[in-house]
Amino acid sequence: MDSVHDMGGMDGFGKVEAEKDEPVFHAPWEGRVLAMQRAMGYAGAWHIDHARFAQERLPPLTYLGVSYYRRWALAMEKNVTERGFVSAAELEAGHAQGPGKALPRKLTLDLVPGLSRSTFYRQQQGPQRFKPGDRVRTKNIHPATHTRLPRYARGKLGTVESCRGCHMYPDSVAIDHGDDPQWLYTVLFEGRELWGLDSDPTLKISIEAFEPYLDPA
Amino acid sequence: MTHDHDHDDHDHSSELSEMQLRVRALETVLTEKGYIDPAALDAIVEACETKIGPRNGAVVVARAWSDPAFKQALLADATRAVGSMGHLNRVGDHLIAVENTPKRHNMIVCTLCSCYPWEVLGLPPVWYKSAPYRSRAVKDPRGVLADFGVTLPKDTEIRVWDSTAETRFIVLPMRPSGTEGWSEERLASLVTRDSMIGTGLPKNAKEAS
Repeated sequence: MDSVHDMGGMDGFGKVEAEKDEPVFHAPWEGRVLAMQRAMGYAGAWHIDHARFAQERLPPLTYLGVSYYRRWALAMEKNVTERGFVSAAELEAGHAQGPGKALPRKLTLDLVPGLSRSTFYRQQQGPQRFKPGDRVRTKNIHPATHTRLPRYARGKLGTVESCRGCHMYPDSVAIDHGDDPQWLYTVLFEGRELWGLDSDPTLKISIEAFEPYLDPA
Repeated sequence: MTHDHDHDDHDHSSELSEMQLRVRALETVLTEKGYIDPAALDAIVEACETKIGPRNGAVVVARAWSDPAFKQALLADATRAVGSMGHLNRVGDHLIAVENTPKRHNMIVCTLCSCYPWEVLGLPPVWYKSAPYRSRAVKDPRGVLADFGVTLPKDTEIRVWDSTAETRFIVLPMRPSGTEGWSEERLASLVTRDSMIGTGLPKNAKEAS
């Protein structure tokens, strides 16, 4: 969806300011939010693209105005209620008012040391359409739902640099249409293709593009 | 939601208490429903604060600087190469190392959210997740580098990697001069987090700890 989360190339946000001696978390609740997100992900309650899509659907002023982990918390509240794990009344009361839904797994303490990032590879559904060196044009698409093709790279001419294997497809997963596995490519663009002739001539930008985002050029 | 008001900069203390209560309510409900185990949450937070961090990536970079065969393996398949070091948790399946050279400087960003190679760099700093970085890195990376006090030669290619899928990137910076014969441990002390994101350079030999 064309919301404020898709920030590549926007002007006016100012300088990048690094915080000196930044702590891992700025308040204990931030760590709880991150850990809950990991635990619910492990449990199979939702995928990472559901979490992203919930953030993207926050009101733009909220998205831009609140801290990072507050955004996560708001998105998690959306996911637990919309997906039927918790009722709005339970969230308001701060206590369960009935039993939970069954989930495939539960992250218990003994499992944490071996916890690692899950794989996103999926069984291919068909042959790879592009190979390194192929010229491609990204599609000019504007779905109202989740996509990982950023606005600044739509309708642009680029070159396939690498194929990264076949992955679950975020555009499908986020709207509960299943994994719909797709080939994933690193696609390289010249700065001038994206930002015009005034762009820094030494600039090259790549995105990770799923095959449905690409047409032969 | 009435409690979902906009956040103001002067309102940090009230956000803190409000968020403490709100997040505690969420955790209590999810626990009572049987979805999560608070002890597991404690362990995740502890791991984030003590175990994962850029030191892990620095060790990988130092090994690549010292061992040409490892460097080759890292650039060919970073997941497998880092996994072979043994002391790190499995890094997932999708880690990619990109090499800085005198002709090319790499920079990593996620314009759409906050994708970052946690397994080797820990959790991302606030600036990496912020609008200024996410908006400018793909359009004006030299301007971003200037914010970090870094100036590169005018003819150096700047390659920006936007992390728009589950592939994760780590920059292999150039080995500083004057470090011939150094141990991997000593070399690792030169590798900063920002040098592995591409917004910084390694410390020089005189800055070694």
